[in-house]
Amino acid sequence: MAELNTGDGGGGKGGKVRSKKQNSKVDLTAMVDLAFLLITFFMLTTTLSKPQSMDLSLPDKDPKDDAPPVKVDENRTMTVMLGADNKMVYYMGLLATPIAGPKEIAYGKDGIRKELLSRKKSVLAYSAALGKPKNGIIVIIKPTKKSNYRNLVDILDEMAISGVDTYAIVPEFTPEETKLIDKSPAVETPQ
Amino acid sequence: MAKIKMKKKSTSTDMTAMCDVAFLLLTFFILTATAKVPEALPVDTPSSVAQTKLPDTDLAIITIGKGKDGKSKVFFDIKGRDIRKKTLEGMGAKLGVNFSEKDQENFSLMDDFGVPLANLKQIIDMKASDRSKANQPGIPLDSLDNQLKEWLLVSRRATIDLHDKELQIAIKGDAKEQYPAIRKIMDILQDQKINSFNLVTGMRGRDDF
Repeated sequence: MAELNTGDGGGGKGGKVRSKKQNSKVDLTAMVDLAFLLITFFMLTTTLSKPQSMDLSLPDKDPKDDAPPVKVDENRTMTVMLGADNKMVYYMGLLATPIAGPKEIAYGKDGIRKELLSRKKSVLAYSAALGKPKNGIIVIIKPTKKSNYRNLVDILDEMAISGVDTYAIVPEFTPEETKLIDKSPAVETPQ
Repeated sequence: MAKIKMKKKSTSTDMTAMCDVAFLLLTFFILTATAKVPEALPVDTPSSVAQTKLPDTDLAIITIGKGKDGKSKVFFDIKGRDIRKKTLEGMGAKLGVNFSEKDQENFSLMDDFGVPLANLKQIIDMKASDRSKANQPGIPLDSLDNQLKEWLLVSRRATIDLHDKELQIAIKGDAKEQYPAIRKIMDILQDQKINSFNLVTGMRGRDDF
């Protein structure tokens, strides 16, 4: 392949054929060095992949829309409030008469995801008992003013991971909810 | 005699295969390369498991992040040279700022920007390397002078005129950005009945996290 006959430079002892063979190879080390240098350069200066993106569809907010608000079963709703300093508080059902919580919960695999999956299952069982097995859990995400963008993306991501496809972002708070999320280390409140 | 010769021969390795591989990789990287452009407003996007890739064309990216001075800024970027040209023309006509043919040409080649329209010409006239260093104040989006809204309107119209397609909007926010800032952008989008858009995120495996 990359061999070049340069004739016999060595000559002399030990058979012509052998000395020819020895000189016929070009030293490719420098070439390989150069090639790898260029590879490194291109690897570092290129963006290998386009950035990922998450689709987000929000409901139409038309002020003229006077359709009556859809009533949903409060047993199916789970409200997740995102607070400052990566805090998150959730409760099931209505805040006045919660099925579970309100309770502070962590982001991630062992926190909200576990809870979401188990709640999802129990809501499905609940709906199936009512004869509407298609009614899954509804998650209401309430980001406070102090929550950051990472919190929002994280919770939306959890929705995607745990397969919750009915969720809404509602940045509106009742005074009770504000109290709940503003309270520093949230402990389980007695009902 | 013969022994010594044998030894000499074995010291040099055959580099041919290695050279082949190296150049193959090199070719691959050159062909798949898209040069990384320095961003005028570097942001650290949050990560998600979403796998959807951003489209290459008919896309507008709204970047929200903190500048060097610690203030929250909004930058705007449109992909596609023809749309950029048309958008600048439309913006100039709408807000009464004159842009020459050359300005439009230069604007179509540059990247994201974050200045009020009146100052855009200065940015266009800069060298590419200076643009990211220039302390761009961000696009004004308060209710009195909502230029982001105008940019969106004009670029959407340009996309429909030129490509007969709806412009896709992506929001690229810094992870530490407070929610109200993001909400403000979403509200501007929703005011134009853009209810579906993309959030640019980094990659994350399903297991870690």
